[in-house]
Formats: sequence, structure tokens, C-alpha cells
Amino acid sequence: MRYIPITQADKAAMLREIGVSSTEELFAANIPAEVRLNRPLNLPPALTEMELLAHMRELAAQNVHTAEYACFLGGGAYDHYVPAAVDAVLRRGEFLTAYTPYQPEISQGVLQAIYEYQSLMCELTGMDLSNASMYDGASALAEAAGMVVNQTGRSKLLVARSVSPQYRRVVQTYMHGIGVELIEVPLDGVTLDLNRLEALMTDEVGGLLLQMPNYLGYLEEVREIEALVHAKNGLFVVAVDPVSLGILEAPGHYGADIVVAEGQGLGVPLSYGGPYLGILATRDRFARKMPGRIAGATVDTRGQRGFVLTMQAREQHIRREKATSNICTNQALIALAATVYLALVGKEGLREVANLSLQKAHYAAQQIAKLPGWRLAGDAPFFKEFTALAPASAADVSRHLLTQKILGGLDAGAAYPEILDGAAGAVTFAVTEQRTRAEIDRLVSALGEVK
Amino acid sequence: MALVPLLFEKSTPGKRAVTFPAPDVPTVELSEAIPADLIRQTPAALPELSEIEVVRHFTQLSRLNHGVDVDFYPLGSCTMKYNPKINEEAARIPGFALTHPLQPDETVQGNLELLHTLEGWLCEVTGMDRMTFQPAAGAQGELTGILLIRAYHESRGEGERDEVIVPDSAHGTNPATAAMAGYRVVPVKSLPDGSIDVESLREVVGPKTAALMMTNPSTLGLFDPHVKEITEIVHQAGGLCYYDGANLNAIMGYARPGDMGFDVVHLNLHKTFSTPHGGGGPGSGPVGIKSFLEPFLPVPVVEKKDDRYVLDWDRPQSIGKLHGFWGNFGVVVRAYAYVLAHGPALKEVSEYAVLNANYVLARLKQYYEPYVDRHCMHECVLSARTLKQETGVKTLDVAKRLLDEGIHPPTIYFPLIVEEALMIEPTETEDKATLDRFIDAMIRIHDEARSNPEHVKSAPHTTPVGRLDEALAARRPNLRYRANPC
Amino acid sequence: MANVPADLKYSKEHEWIRVEGNIGVVGITWFAQDQLGDVVFVEMPEVGRELKQNEQFGVVESVKTVSDLYCPVSGKVVEINTALENSPELINQDPYGEGWILKIELADPSELDSLLDAAAYEAFTKEG
Repeated sequence: MRYIPITQADKAAMLREIGVSSTEELFAANIPAEVRLNRPLNLPPALTEMELLAHMRELAAQNVHTAEYACFLGGGAYDHYVPAAVDAVLRRGEFLTAYTPYQPEISQGVLQAIYEYQSLMCELTGMDLSNASMYDGASALAEAAGMVVNQTGRSKLLVARSVSPQYRRVVQTYMHGIGVELIEVPLDGVTLDLNRLEALMTDEVGGLLLQMPNYLGYLEEVREIEALVHAKNGLFVVAVDPVSLGILEAPGHYGADIVVAEGQGLGVPLSYGGPYLGILATRDRFARKMPGRIAGATVDTRGQRGFVLTMQAREQHIRREKATSNICTNQALIALAATVYLALVGKEGLREVANLSLQKAHYAAQQIAKLPGWRLAGDAPFFKEFTALAPASAADVSRHLLTQKILGGLDAGAAYPEILDGAAGAVTFAVTEQRTRAEIDRLVSALGEVK
Repeated sequence: MALVPLLFEKSTPGKRAVTFPAPDVPTVELSEAIPADLIRQTPAALPELSEIEVVRHFTQLSRLNHGVDVDFYPLGSCTMKYNPKINEEAARIPGFALTHPLQPDETVQGNLELLHTLEGWLCEVTGMDRMTFQPAAGAQGELTGILLIRAYHESRGEGERDEVIVPDSAHGTNPATAAMAGYRVVPVKSLPDGSIDVESLREVVGPKTAALMMTNPSTLGLFDPHVKEITEIVHQAGGLCYYDGANLNAIMGYARPGDMGFDVVHLNLHKTFSTPHGGGGPGSGPVGIKSFLEPFLPVPVVEKKDDRYVLDWDRPQSIGKLHGFWGNFGVVVRAYAYVLAHGPALKEVSEYAVLNANYVLARLKQYYEPYVDRHCMHECVLSARTLKQETGVKTLDVAKRLLDEGIHPPTIYFPLIVEEALMIEPTETEDKATLDRFIDAMIRIHDEARSNPEHVKSAPHTTPVGRLDEALAARRPNLRYRANPC
Repeated sequence: MANVPADLKYSKEHEWIRVEGNIGVVGITWFAQDQLGDVVFVEMPEVGRELKQNEQFGVVESVKTVSDLYCPVSGKVVEINTALENSPELINQDPYGEGWILKIELADPSELDSLLDAAAYEAFTKEG
């Protein structure tokens, strides 16, 4: 199967026009013999479309997936419902097969969608402005950390230990090259230790990176934390679960300076970890320090409203080594998915998704806490995820759940041994609106069998 | 085509699209579960619409947009080739699309096999030894690659190497990446044919050199004849060589960066390997390396052990992680299907990409002068400098007039070293008739610039909107809808 | 077409300075704004900041490019042109008047001797 529509007759005519007798002459004119590959590529034989689909299905059949197994895994990716209309829109070739909108006159569809996305993210987070997207939640947090360093000129940053271990690792990787020191603020129970925060938050520290709800599922005391960070003129960066903002206060309303989020919960399939959506929103005063593309409204020569990419002097193609980031391609199509999703669920629907998830998670937590040998890791409030201490290792829990066609048993004890409190394992469960009472009861009953 | 009001402007209180079932579990009061000061007081002002309104809104928006599925898209350096539909089907198979990233390895053997297998294939295409799929796009691939190089030098006690050499013709991401990785950027001049000036390179390499970043073929669409000498010069100075894979579509099956002396390479699956660009992403920017850099790869690495695939986290010298999970897996699935659809015939992809670019060059060069008059690779760079001198019609005007022909313009004003540049990359998936239609349009515009220059300068005339006031957009930023503008 | 007032001093970075007593008024030249095109944003230093001669003090952005600003003399910033915050286009419209950028208290008036006069600056811009 190939996608080359040139006939042999066309090829001959084209070679004549170019003035060569073969394509080989074109390559020989360019590539020195010393670096030419003089053998065929060692790749498997080409498949036709029919064979290819069969092969792909066979490969996929070696996985188990959430349509067959009840999913209680979270940790930054969630089994929320994706309305059918989302993918119908994403499959429109005019969106799917466009490049970045460099020519606004024939890109108003993408540009207006980005503007709508930015507007929705501002409404959701309570912030002034949003960029057009980042790669994912983790890299958005790393870019936010870079913004803090640039804005404050301070080369130390605090990161809450309750932030996802994967996110902390990504931030660490991004900060290593530019010599920024990351200092972890420990846990007190299952949330951030405010006393330690107060002691570590000095004038030399640029700010704090926090996650809300945190990786273990629990709500942080964001108002007290905000006061401590701003008392030292630091910047307050909060990574949120966007679905939670159907119920939980918007970070813009409790003083966040930069809000980032993993947008996967907003209409994006799990897809083994990507492509997802990095959300980054901030205050007006940081507009020109923001990484990534931004769309803005303007007018055309005929006086009509139209949209363009704007404030581009921040970006790599203009400012090169002085750019705010090297990001170029982002996750535009996934930002479109989130835009369609939020338009479909609307104001009331997002609250319902959040509330259903919260109700089901609380039911599951209550039932699990009643099981002999099981208890909750803490009594802090939580949203749709919580952590339980188990009578067996998380790996054993996970293995047993698989036999009952359940995906669960995310190991919290490996990353946070300090919460184990003598238990054999610590397991974080996520419960979305898609989990039925019957599935939750099946989970609880299976957990009761783990020894 | 009519412009479309914003979602917010169409909103009507009380309208719904998707609804959700009532709770089937005993419920708690929100105030019992969540402290009062953490409960949202004012709901987010999301629009309220019916499903048909939402679908029509986005369908109407889509009709204001150009894509490869609509018509020709010769945007230089972006490789806007056809995106096969079967790859979309493949990525949506539930076994791929509905797998959670934190499932145990034994429940995702298909995913891990796919990653491991494609790694091997792409290593064969590039002449590298290992590859990571974690970077979500080319720029993140660059950052990954430069951090790998940093880790290598630091592991040898050569952390004082703090310079990255970047040719003046490079994409802006190269210097921006070097800066993000904490390096100083040292520019090196290009010769008039876009190749690196070897003598200038000899002058700037030294004990401070960490790496050279190079795109080959260069952004002028020409293969650097001295590439082997260049990588040797950098290696002799103790630096490593980084290959920006933006232009890999020119050389598959003909030459491999690994054989040219490069130690690190990034690919753009959304260019060379036909995954759709989605209006600006998602992409995927896998990074290939020579084996001596393997200890530094981001975690986890997919390994095959006794016929089973596992994610290996136990790599103490790793640079860390770039992505929350394993990268843009759904994009990687599409690229896997693309490679398997071609097999060794990937070489024909490059053959026809180069044929098409040279055909465009041959037919257009008497109208728009080539920056370098010789056979090109997969793209050609022309200039409207003479046209501008003679008629006042600039490259920007030519591009805007092409919009009236239903064709996406080439990349313009890049590379920066070419005045009034037009960078044309037709790709292999276009037939002669399409190329001829484009070429004829370019010639027509060239003629019109003489007969009626004002008509070209005021283009486009047939698009949904005319030229937009970019200065106004940047001076008075309006970056979001507000119900009550202040 | 070039517009180089005779009563100003110029730097090779295309800033001008007009001296009034011990205060220098600083802006960018007509030539510079013409090269930049539509100016969309000016980043200015804080009042009170001490600048050294040739120190970078801000940035001027146009739609398609960006340029660093360098101070032609040493001294303390005493005033910035806040009108540019909302109307950066003043730099295009009136680079030597309403488009001024900052006022600086000269630390060392002898530094003015190192700057170009109008004729020398005009010759400099023609060299390319």
C-alpha cells in the first residue's frame, strides 16, 4: 500500500522537464557516495489496507481495555465518558489535516476554535488568559516552573511532594539544564505540611508548585498555602484536574498566579497516555512571559471580526534563543476535543460529571473502609480519587483485581512509603461517572478477597 | 462563506446536549464532603447549547479551514502529505484507544510490542541504535536530545562544555532548545548554497563545544556535501552531533543520519510518517541515539525480556522524564501503520518527494529565482526578490493571492538568509496535475504582478476574511471572550 | 526619506538622546521604527533603575520581529513614557516626540561624546 499517485508516464514527463533521465541523478547530485545507503531498507514487506487492519486488530487484541474491564485507575488519566460528537468533529479533514494556522484567511476554523478554547479555559480556571495548549499536564507544569524562574529571577523553587511523582520528574528534567534547584515540601499525612512550607518558603524561592487535588486524591489547604507563598512574593502555581472545577473552587479565585492542568478528562480517550492536553492559564501581567501559541481577535480589511496567532514575539521562530520556550507544535486537535466536550456538556453537565464522580468515589471509599484489614490513608477531603491502606501489596491487589476483570491497584506506597503506617500496601482508586454501583460493589467484593 | 458567531454568543440558558444518569449510589451532601471554602461558588460560564448546534458550529468552522484533505498544501519544512484514513481507524481500535497508561505491563503487551517494533524500524531508517517515543513533538525531541548530550558530557566530567553550535539557516527551535537546556548558542555561517562553512566551523569548535545541531538536507532543501567532514570536526573537538529530522522525507532509504556521523536524531512523525497535524498538533518527536547514549534515555524504556515486553524504570543515569506518561502513543500507532503499509518502499516516498520538488523548481525557476540553482532534494527555495524590485509585489502578496486559488501558500520568509523567500515542499502524495495547477497559478500571479499589481497586493479576495490586522491584535490583545467587556 | 534631526545624539543601536540640562530623553530612531514595522509592545525599565551605558534596558516588539533596547548613556531612570503601554504605535507615528521611551538622569555627561551626531548616524544607516 502506497500513497504515491504519480504514473510512470507522468514520471517520464517530469524527468524530461527537469532535464535528467532518472531520479537517481537527482540524488547523486546531492548526496555524496560516502554516506549513501547501498542496500534496501530492512523492513517487513508492505501490507495492503485490508491486511494492515487485520494486523493492527491482532496487535490490539493482546491488550485488555476499559470497555471490557472496569477501570479504577487514575493517577493523571481518567476513564471519563467521551460523547460521540467529539470524535465526529475531530475527524473533519479540515481540522485533522491542517497545519498550524500560519495563513489566517484560510484558517479561521482552527483559529476561532483556539480562541474559544482559551475562553473556556479562562472561565474554568478563573484566570485572565490561556495559551493554545501545551503537550500534557506534566510538561505544562514544567513550563510554568520556567515562567516562575524567568519572572522572579530566583533560581530555587518549591514543589509539593504531593504533586504527581511523574510530574515532579518532568519538572526536574526541564530544570536540570538551566540549573534551577527544586526543593520538595514533605507531606503531613496525605496533604502538604504547612509548617514545613512556611519554613522553606524564603525570599530566595521563586514560588511553589502544588497539585489540587493532589496525587493521592486529597484536597490541599490552598487558601493557607496561597498566603504563605505570597507572603514572600513567590508565585503560586497550581496543577488542577479540570473536571474537578465543576465543583471545586477555581484557582483564579484563591490567588493562583499560574494554573496548569492535564486536560485528558475533557473528552479525550485514554490512549495509553497520549495524545493528551496541557492546559496553561495565567494572569494578564504575565502575558508576555507565557510560552506557546496564543490566538487573538482582530478585524480584517473589510471590517469583519477575525482571529490570528498573536504576541508571537515571545516565540522561538522570532526570538530564537531568547524565546519563552522552544514549543512549536502543540496539541491543537486535543484542545479542539476539549472545546467540543465543554460545549456539549455545558455549564450544568460539567457540574454533573464532577458530582457523579465525587458521589461514586465517596461510596467506594466508604465501602472499602469497612473491609477487614483495609482503611483509608487519611481523613482529608477528596474529590474522585482516594488512597487506601491494604492488607497486601499493591501488586497483589492489582493481580487479584485483574482476575475479576477490574483494572485497579495503583501503587501509592512505592512513591510515598511514608504513608504506609505499617500497612502492606497503599492503593489509590479513581472513580468516574462511568463506574456503576454494580462495578463498585464488584471491586469491593474482590478487595475483600485479597489477603 | 459566512463567518460563525462564537459558542458563547449562541448560548441559551437551559439548553443541553449530553445528559448523565442520576446517581445509582447513596449520595452525600456536597457540604459534608468538601469544606465550604473549597466549593465553587459561581459555576464556570460554559455555553449552553443543544447537540445539533454544537455539531453545526464546528462543522461550519471547519468549512473556513484549509487542510490536506481540502487541497494542495506545499508548506515548506512541514511535509504536509496525505494522512491515510486507515491509520485513523487503527488508532481508534478499542484495544489501543481504551488502554490506561498505568495498566500493568502484562495487560498491554500489544502496546509495548508496537512501541518496541516501531523503535526497531525507525532505527533501521535512521541508522541509530535505540529510540524513545516520549517527546510529544519535534521541539520536545530536540530538548530531549540536547539533555541526553548534556548528561553524557556531565557523566565524563566535561560539564564545562557549555556551547551549542547552530547554523544561521536553522529553524528557530534549535537555538531556543539549546537555551532551554542551559547552553550558550554559537552561530556558524552558512555558505551561499546553505551548507555549513567548514572553515568557520573549525574556528568555533573547541573544548567548550557540547554539540552541533544540524538539519540535513538544510532548510534550503540541499544536502550538505561536507556532512561527514563536519561531524568529524565536531567529534574531534569532543562534541556530539545532533540531527534535526525535519527534512527526513528527502532521504529515506538513500542515506541515514547514523551513517553521516550523527549521535542523536529526532524525527517528526507528524511530518515524515504521515500522522495528521491536527491544526497544530498533536505531533510526536521520537529521539534516536547511538548505543553509547543508551544509559541516559528517558525512563521508562521498552525492553523485551523472554518474549515479554516490559517498561524498564531501573536506569540510574537517565535524564528523567519529558512526558507524564510515555508520549503521544495514539500518534505512534498511526506511524506504525504507515511504515507497515510501505515496508522497504519507504524509499519511494523519498524518491517521489524529490521528483516532485525538482519538477516544481524546473518549471518555476524562470519566474521566481532559485536561491541556489541546482537540483534540490524534497523542497525548493525560491525568491520573489526581483519581482518585488520590478513590481512592488512582495512574497507575502504572492502567498495571499494563492489563497484565491484554493491552494495553501508555501512557507514564506524562511529561511531567514533568503530575501523574499518562498519555500515549497510538494511531498510525494501529490500528482502531476496538482503540481501543474499550482505552478500555473504561481505563473499567473507573476504575470498579474505586472499587469495589475494592486490586485495582487490587496489579495485575498475570495476567502471568508480578508487580510487581518495583526498589529491591532498584538497591541490591544483580545485573547478571550468576555460576557461583559470592561 | 530618512529623518535624522540635527539636534540629537545617536547610538549605533539606533537609539537617540536629547539632552535637557542633566536629563536625557531616550527613544528609537525613525530608521529603527521603519525597520521594525508596526510596533506592538514596548518593555520599559522601572523608574529608579540605574543603567550603565550600552546596558540592555528593554525590548521593542513589532508583529514579526523583536529588538533589544540599549541605553546610550549611564544614569538613573527618572521617568518612563507610560503612554506607550496602551499606544505603542506612538513610536511609529512620532519617534522623536510622543514616542520617547524614557528619561534618564545623566551620570557622566562626557559619555555623550562617544555617540554619533546626526550626519555620522545618517552615514551609518546608509552603510547598511
